[in-house]
Amino acid sequence: MTLLSVREVSKRFGGLQAVSDLSFDVAGGSIKALIGPNGAGKTTLFNLISGFLQPDSGEIVFGGEEIRKLSSCRIASRGMVRTFQHIRLFPGMTVLENVMVGRHVHSRSGFLAGMLNLPFTWKEERRIREKSLEILELLGIGAFALSEATSLPYGRQRIVEIGRALACEPRLLLLDEPAAGLNMRETGEMGKLIEKIRGMGVTVLLVEHDMSLVMKISDEVVVLSYGKKIAEDRPLSIQKNREVIRVYLGDDQ
Amino acid sequence: MVRRYSAVFAFALFLVAIQLATLFAGAGYYLTQLTMTAYYSLLTIGLCMLIGYAGQISLGHAGFFAIGGYVSAFLTTCDLTPHKGSALVSLLSKSGVLVFRPGLYGGTLLTVHPWPACVVAILLTVVIAYLVGGPVLKLRGHYLAMATLGFGIIILRIVLGTESLGAADGISDVPGFPLFPGLAISGDSSLRVSNYYMAWGLVILGMVFLLNLVHSRVGRALAAVHGAEDAASAVGIPTARYKLHTFVLSAVFASLAGVLLTHYNGGIGPSEASVMKSVRYVAIVAAGGMANLWGALMMSLVLNYLSLRGYFGTFDDAVFGIILLLIMLFAPDGLLRRHILADLGRMFSRNAAGEEGS
Repeated sequence: MTLLSVREVSKRFGGLQAVSDLSFDVAGGSIKALIGPNGAGKTTLFNLISGFLQPDSGEIVFGGEEIRKLSSCRIASRGMVRTFQHIRLFPGMTVLENVMVGRHVHSRSGFLAGMLNLPFTWKEERRIREKSLEILELLGIGAFALSEATSLPYGRQRIVEIGRALACEPRLLLLDEPAAGLNMRETGEMGKLIEKIRGMGVTVLLVEHDMSLVMKISDEVVVLSYGKKIAEDRPLSIQKNREVIRVYLGDDQ
Repeated sequence: MVRRYSAVFAFALFLVAIQLATLFAGAGYYLTQLTMTAYYSLLTIGLCMLIGYAGQISLGHAGFFAIGGYVSAFLTTCDLTPHKGSALVSLLSKSGVLVFRPGLYGGTLLTVHPWPACVVAILLTVVIAYLVGGPVLKLRGHYLAMATLGFGIIILRIVLGTESLGAADGISDVPGFPLFPGLAISGDSSLRVSNYYMAWGLVILGMVFLLNLVHSRVGRALAAVHGAEDAASAVGIPTARYKLHTFVLSAVFASLAGVLLTHYNGGIGPSEASVMKSVRYVAIVAAGGMANLWGALMMSLVLNYLSLRGYFGTFDDAVFGIILLLIMLFAPDGLLRRHILADLGRMFSRNAAGEEGS
């Protein structure tokens, strides 16, 4: 079943056609990768899907609902959560607190309840904390719950960011270059983690440059070049695709 | 939570100690400035919530203070006796919204009772804060500062240019505010002690509300918005709405402070709406350490009191300008840092670790 459907989406920045007439589907329960050379429009596409940018034309349908006009926070509350290419953790907050922020859409106490410290908020706080700790344990970073998030090594910060996204219990997780800046061992672990997340029933769409990771974990790969889709296929077929090879390695004449 | 409330309790004891000290020193008149300081502190902690926790600057909060003060002053001094015949006035009069009171120059005045006047002032503030905050909070950094500064200037010019608000003279002869039967907020020297406790009691109540908020789901969301707005929005926090709500909340604190101080002083003048007042409030929040409610409260207590006692003389505004300048240059985290002990501890432990050769 299709969870996300991108239909003929275009986005122009001044004279640059960043994304043009792009269509693809993401099936529920799958891992799909977006690859392409630098400047191919991958991050722009991510921003369009997650509501950080509005497309000039086209449709984006998530879970059967048109989300093109929705703001990023609305989209998140409908179950699509993203991470960032440059890690965006909340400074001055512990790992646990960072993940607790991710429980926002699953809790409800507002300004008044917070100011009056109403008893129902205590229970809610406790549930938020328990669920967040559970996620940290699942990701194997429970030991760092009380460390300041931005003081952790880079690789762990990435995992905290994913933990924060998972705390929203998303149906679709968008990962923007999850292996960027990670060493080979960490990249391998990231691959296992992404497969584990899929195992939890979360669909994953990722942008990634690390081909070993992409080829190993994805069910399907979409290749972009200059804002256009040039191929969409299973990893093994993509590796043999002449057009893809030409885009990545150049013509051999 | 225990720690949160024990700090509040300790502060309450501190306030009692101050009152007792003035009692034994026979210097009860100090309480007048301390009471005024309390109302300014109410504004300061609200502004601290906006600047320190939601990360949004406002250089226009004197404007909200003035809206509260002026609306309340105008309604409680505007004599409606000539309109006694009109249906609206007699209806309001029957429903208890209007009261007769003796005028300063003899005769009786028919004016709005302070309670409904206060309600109108606060409601008007909420409406204006939503109208101004909606578009203005889309701006960031310098642009937000300039837009709120502009708002403050507009309020000041309106106040100065409106004859019925007393123009440059302001409004005087504002009656006391009967909070409970037998307890009124007024500058009457026989009520000095009770007013001191009422004012600071209100500050403590405001403090408890804001401390609760900081430690709630909303407080965490605000910290997230402050720290990384796009990431906060990516996990479903409606960042614009949270910023706006905090802006309105801090405006209500400012407006309530304006209402009550006006009744306490028996009047309000245009200097309360001046830009330098707004700068002063920001300077106090900055000196307190931005995201530090206790720091803001302590700095407000000390600086407002010194200012009201006239220690800064004619250089009053200059002193606050210099404070803001020095804080920004040399101590952007404020003078009263929450983590100062933790930082010292970390510094020593780092040195110790260095000696071990790791």
